[in-house]
Amino acid sequence: MSKRTLAVVGAGMVAHRLVEALVERGATTEWDIEVFGEESRPPYDRVALTSFFTLRDPDELLLGDRGLWRTTGVRLHRSSPVDAIDPAAGTLTTHGRRVRYDAAVLATGSSATVPPVRGADAEGCFVYRTVDDVAELRAWVNERSGRAGGRPARGVVVGGGLLGLEAAGALTQLGAETTVVELSDRLMPLQVDAGGGEALRRLVEELEVRVLTGTASTEVVTGRNGRVKALRTDGPTLDTDVVVFATGVRPRDELARAAGLEVHERGGVLADEACRTSAEGVYVIGEAAHVAGRTWGLVGPGYAMAEVVADRLLGGDARFEGADPSTKLKLLGVDVASFGDAFGRTDGSLEVVYSDPVAGLYKKLVMSDDASELLGGVLIGDASAYTSLRPMVGRPLGVDPTAWLLPDGVEPPGSGDLPDDAVVCSCNNVAAGQIRSAVCDAGCTDLAGVKACSRAGTSCGSCVPLVKRLMDAELEAAGVTIDRGLCEHFSVTRAELYEIVRITGLTRFSEIIGRHGTGHGCDICRPVVASILASLGRGHVLDDENAALQDTNDHVMANLQKDGTYSVVPRIPGGEITPDGLIAIGEVARAFGLYTKITGGQRIDLFGARIEQLPQIWERLVDAGFESGHAYGKALRTVKSCVGSTWCRYGVQDSVGLAIALELRYRGLRSPHKIKLGVSGCARECAEARSKDIGVIASEKGWNLYVGGNGGFTPRHAQLFAEDLTTEELVRTIDRILQYYVRTADRLQRTAPWLEEVGIEHVREVVLEDSLGIGAELDAMMARHVEGYEDEWAATLRDPAKLAVFASYVNAPGTADPDLAYLEERGQRRPAGPVLVAGPSIPVGKP
Amino acid sequence: MSTTWQPVCPLDALVPDRGAAALVTGPGGEPAQVALFRLSSGDLHAVGHRDPFSGANVIARGLVGSAGEVPVVISPLHKQAFDLRSGAALDDPEVSLGTWDVRVVDGQVEVRAR
Repeated sequence: MSKRTLAVVGAGMVAHRLVEALVERGATTEWDIEVFGEESRPPYDRVALTSFFTLRDPDELLLGDRGLWRTTGVRLHRSSPVDAIDPAAGTLTTHGRRVRYDAAVLATGSSATVPPVRGADAEGCFVYRTVDDVAELRAWVNERSGRAGGRPARGVVVGGGLLGLEAAGALTQLGAETTVVELSDRLMPLQVDAGGGEALRRLVEELEVRVLTGTASTEVVTGRNGRVKALRTDGPTLDTDVVVFATGVRPRDELARAAGLEVHERGGVLADEACRTSAEGVYVIGEAAHVAGRTWGLVGPGYAMAEVVADRLLGGDARFEGADPSTKLKLLGVDVASFGDAFGRTDGSLEVVYSDPVAGLYKKLVMSDDASELLGGVLIGDASAYTSLRPMVGRPLGVDPTAWLLPDGVEPPGSGDLPDDAVVCSCNNVAAGQIRSAVCDAGCTDLAGVKACSRAGTSCGSCVPLVKRLMDAELEAAGVTIDRGLCEHFSVTRAELYEIVRITGLTRFSEIIGRHGTGHGCDICRPVVASILASLGRGHVLDDENAALQDTNDHVMANLQKDGTYSVVPRIPGGEITPDGLIAIGEVARAFGLYTKITGGQRIDLFGARIEQLPQIWERLVDAGFESGHAYGKALRTVKSCVGSTWCRYGVQDSVGLAIALELRYRGLRSPHKIKLGVSGCARECAEARSKDIGVIASEKGWNLYVGGNGGFTPRHAQLFAEDLTTEELVRTIDRILQYYVRTADRLQRTAPWLEEVGIEHVREVVLEDSLGIGAELDAMMARHVEGYEDEWAATLRDPAKLAVFASYVNAPGTADPDLAYLEERGQRRPAGPVLVAGPSIPVGKP
Repeated sequence: MSTTWQPVCPLDALVPDRGAAALVTGPGGEPAQVALFRLSSGDLHAVGHRDPFSGANVIARGLVGSAGEVPVVISPLHKQAFDLRSGAALDDPEVSLGTWDVRVVDGQVEVRAR
């Protein structure tokens, strides 16, 4: 049988999911999939559109694995709008070319509606729907800001719903003075009730966004140049440089209408529960569809429809019978969640409300008439309970509902009793049972596996903590002990051991393992205890019994190389070094015959130092003013910087100065893994700060802070943590993040996986809002670190007793290892063996 | 002659649970390097200083510990564990550090090739 052709009209998120589902299920053996998209980009994450401002690179928004579009049997036609479809002939037209299909799926989405306001097509009026819309908006606002002669640009958003607040957030991020005009009596009228709208207004106004509710926009006033000058309303007239219309969306059903397909009178292509339209062989999915009695403006239901159609195309009988319209969002930094029957429309339903206008909290649960069953709710200001509450909709809540609402309410019940059919991930419609089955049937034992297998938590990620609890419970029930123990000698985790040592005040390994472990330790637990003791500021790394805990690198404060010699890295804060400093390092290298190489962290590595030479080398380095670079430790390594405003014509802040200050502040800090920082003096990001654990990028107004980046085997980009901080705020925020990381992370867990495990929101709450009440304690620990710092190489050289560890041989302390051998390469020496057995030899020089 | 006892250092020169290397003479009269370990239990072990997996003379700089009941030293280069009593690598018993006899006479540590 020859392959049939499937035409997918539209290349948005839902189309992407359809193709992904088809490819995963092997449909490409039966179908050639031709996808036609009008935008020039492959499908991207429209939900995260506002993050475009912080990403800078629109490609970061692209969905899923790019390899999908290279799959044999799948073709993506970009910039190829479909102009007509002829279901009778089984053809569609794009760029004047007719394409034959056996089945077609309309995934045309929706377009932003512009209300009938006079002048709404003037220059300076925008909608908020695509990457191009956002890019044009940004360019316009930046240009206006430049012309306004110092005053910030002004912007008005018409529409105070979800999209309107997103747009308002975008305008404020661009530095515009922003006003939101909403026709209804409250913000987000479709999601929240009057009380929630009021709380939301207060929170939004605190962010210096002006809110006008109950106000109709009547006319866009233009200047002589035809550009937006003001917006007239039935209230005040608002002077403005830009108007963004975010009053709603309309299903794009024009193609279907023109082709004679049945459409709903208020828009949307009518479809049955299999997402089949009135035309044979034509399906419709996503926001363009009117199915199960309504249109669906969220991505979750769209994904569900995509899965249904994929199943149907492969001969299945899946049905779309509606979906969960719950949402949890962060708008302008404000948590907003709405789920189930948020408006209490069920007969006899009761509402339990907690409202704290001062703290900006509004929480409401809608309960059944006997107050036993949860029907829905609204959470404003703090939506942390959303993940646990939403799957409980339609079920008995178990505890007094107020317990969920009060700030210091009871610990929410666990996930163990969640029924199998309770939907945990609403983006991808994954139920608790599927997560359990990923563990007990598919054999997944970690979060990454469960996510890949069930797809839960792969879109917005808000359900990940719940997914993890379900996974842990299931593993435990299956008899798999989730052994989070450090090693065979300690059954506790690193974080637990840290707490034990912190609270008990123990300082000796033998006591710690004697009381809290077994055996004599190993290469895992010994260095961990050493690191914890160092983090807590309990003495020099070579003191007493604890000298036997350090791996050789920490023991001799240098990095072991393959031939048994070491490399030496003096600290060069921020990568700034004087000519004299360079000469001093060069002279040391020449005197000891060391191989030199520039590191990625903007300093100089000196290789080939024998153990007995280390004190002599450091004597000279310390004399020249250098200190340990801690390249050998699980500790702060470097703070990389660009030259910033010191010299650079683009620099907006003093990145070198800040990098040096940060490096001097955190030098010597011991941690679960190495820590790297970066500081860039402008958005060009020449210091590559977003590939660091802590990245700082200068903005016009201060510093933007990123957390959780790394290079290496699994490169990660750091995530935006906070924006426009003053230097003082920045330092305090980094202090707390680092101390909280040191306290809670697992052994050899870098900040990226740590952040994934505990959640960036959680860290924000702990660090910025002091949700655990440990802020002052974290500050004090960092203050103690800064005060207690001393260069461990200088301290070692001062204490002759410590120099014994550098003896090459106990019976011949200054003798070089007689087996070391070198050969010369490119003017420097390197170990002679073992030699490369086989490998490429690349000729250089003349051809 | 090389299978006789060779004095190395005072016992006090060995830090408990830390290794120390020594230059000695091998069974055929050739130069050899030995790694000495004085454990906190009081036991004394002498094994070859050369890491058989890398060829580098580094074993005395490894961390000591226990794997179950077995006293071990862990190579600082690639973290293979060796039984301090037999010299054998735990994961690959074919590979061994080699062992030396060791004793303390009048506070002096002595080793002898086997």
